Amino acid sequence: MNADSPIGQVISLSAKRLVQDVPAPQHGGAVLRDVLSGGPFDAAVTGFVLACLPEGDKPVLWISDRMSRRENGRLYGAALGHFGFTGKVLRVEVSHPRDVLWAMEEGAACAGLAAVVGEIHGAPEVLSFTATKRLALRAEAAQVPVWLIRSGDHGALSAARERWRLTSMPSRRHAYNSAAPGAPLWEAELFRARGRAPGVWHAAYDGQGDPKRGADRLRLLSRSGDGPLAADHGRAADAARR
Amino acid sequence: MDRWRRITAEQRTLPGDDVPVVLSVQGTHGPVIHAVSAAAAKRGVRSGARVVDVQAIHPDLHVEPGEPAREVKLLDQTALWARRWCPWTVRDGLDGIVMDTAGADHLFGGEAAMLRDMATRFKMQGLGARLAVAPTRGAARMLARYGPAGCICGPDDMEVALAPLPVAALGVEDKTVQLLQRLGLKTLGALMQVPRVALMRRFDRVAADLNPLVLLDRALGREGAPLDAPPEPPRWLARARLAEPVIDPVPHLEGLARDLSAQLAKAEQGARRLRLTIYRVDGEWRSRDVALAQPSREPAHLLRLMEGKLEGIDPGFGFDLLTLEALVAEPLALHQDHLDGARDAGRDVAALLDRLTARLGPQKVTWSAWVESHLPERVERRQPALRGEGEAVPVLVRERPLRLLEPAEEVAVLYAVPEGPPAQFRWRRVAFRMVRHEGPERIAPEWWRDKAGTRLRDYYKVEVVDGRRFWLFREGILGDGRGGDPRWFVHGIFA
Repeated sequence: MNADSPIGQVISLSAKRLVQDVPAPQHGGAVLRDVLSGGPFDAAVTGFVLACLPEGDKPVLWISDRMSRRENGRLYGAALGHFGFTGKVLRVEVSHPRDVLWAMEEGAACAGLAAVVGEIHGAPEVLSFTATKRLALRAEAAQVPVWLIRSGDHGALSAARERWRLTSMPSRRHAYNSAAPGAPLWEAELFRARGRAPGVWHAAYDGQGDPKRGADRLRLLSRSGDGPLAADHGRAADAARR
Repeated sequence: MDRWRRITAEQRTLPGDDVPVVLSVQGTHGPVIHAVSAAAAKRGVRSGARVVDVQAIHPDLHVEPGEPAREVKLLDQTALWARRWCPWTVRDGLDGIVMDTAGADHLFGGEAAMLRDMATRFKMQGLGARLAVAPTRGAARMLARYGPAGCICGPDDMEVALAPLPVAALGVEDKTVQLLQRLGLKTLGALMQVPRVALMRRFDRVAADLNPLVLLDRALGREGAPLDAPPEPPRWLARARLAEPVIDPVPHLEGLARDLSAQLAKAEQGARRLRLTIYRVDGEWRSRDVALAQPSREPAHLLRLMEGKLEGIDPGFGFDLLTLEALVAEPLALHQDHLDGARDAGRDVAALLDRLTARLGPQKVTWSAWVESHLPERVERRQPALRGEGEAVPVLVRERPLRLLEPAEEVAVLYAVPEGPPAQFRWRRVAFRMVRHEGPERIAPEWWRDKAGTRLRDYYKVEVVDGRRFWLFREGILGDGRGGDPRWFVHGIFA
């Protein structure tokens, strides 16, 4: 984080206290994780998931339904390198969420994949609690991380082991051009989790770091802001109660 | 020509019989005629002529593209099909089949009856054929091409039958034919009269396959010309014959898959394409195909691929024969992946590809391939996963959005800044106010690919008030002479 960033200053203060509680999501093993989009047309979710994907030469299965492609656009393969992803992506583009879930289940049972990512727009009926439970069990059985990107859905019931909500924030300052948007910054809210405390953080992709530290591509920074710290803890506590 | 007629008739209406049709192939100096229809032949159109020349003479000429490579393939297949009459058949040149029917003709009631049978069956296939029987291979091919239709020639009257044929029937080079005609030797009969020594001296430098004397000797049986018939390609086929017609194929599949995999294992092969066919009691048949990413002969895997395919198959009143065939097989040797018994990850992925493709269709499951192009929507090409391997993500110099809208969606500009992105714009009925922007990045149309009049694009990365980042572009600039006011589009969303 740049020293001149208004957010970075605050984070360096709070980092001592909170940062050890916040392992990045990829350390948590192979479980099902939901990622919800905070607003429409927001690609923060995609960036967050990409930054969390494990490295290696195994391919990633990326499945999307027609509505999410129409709403948020297709995943643009040429840009994946910006988030440190260099592997291969096996794309499955189907029209119905039912097929997305079927393909995700097939993928979650296949140990040759690095991860499975599914995108479903809205809250269709087939994406029920039972369906997510099946996915979660499969992912844990085959040790394949499964990510479910749900755009246009405001927290329907899910059996995911971790549920995140991602929202874009005004980007960081551009190094050379003050009028241009800089590196992306997201607000990552973990509002339901098993085995760890929920919370709200600022997430940034740390692409400039040491390339060998592949696992730490994502930086989660405790969200505090300029106000009193108590307010921040209040929000995190709210999230935990939800 | 017959192949073209048969394929075209399935797709569209054929031109009338009186319309001259020719098939053209690309020659050194433009297209040349490769095959002609009967109507065209009647008008004097010959293959080998240039299409433009013939079109000048016959303005109503109907020209279609020819596919010589596929014709040869069809002829190869036909040669194998012709083994119904005798075991040794081989394609002869680009337009013939030679069969060694010695000892086989009596099965069809003699040579004349066999020729009739052949003519009928070729006609049923929609193919025209000129047939001839002769004691030697050379004589038969000459008589079939230049002799009377359905000619049957015995060993004694061979010289008589061959004598009236033109020297071109020998199948020698054009310049040799020309030379022989200049010498006054227009028919084979004339050639037979010439002393052998003189002919030998004249053509002693010509290769044996093109030497008129050698060819004539072979035709007359003075020199052997054995037939080298290729072996039949192996077929991997498992059948289940049922005593009673049944409706549900599922219980029989397991046995079929095990039978097929045993056959494949014996030959150390793995199937790449499978076809399940049911033969119904009413004489109809239905089939289902599946493709595999890697050769496999695991019965369980083959069964799983077939599972989703059987729903749409129509059993009619039942069927009494099922076949499972490996259409394409590739070598697959037994090997041990790891000593600790761990599974090969690539094999798992290949099996997954098979299942996804079998259920969702080949166009839905894709790897990315990369095309060198300036236009962002052309950079990424999707190739079906069963066709090939994926390529790793390329390193891009310029920043690109993580999600790309296809096609780009037009935005309504509410408030424009000269020489910059819109300060306010409306997209999908939501108004956005720009806070920061970067650009423009100008991407010019690719003149070698785009049609004339395509406008250039100026791309801007725009951040709106709440932090979302979009990729906008303006198509064209004011006064570029390629349309009216430039329009604005949103093409992508940055993370």
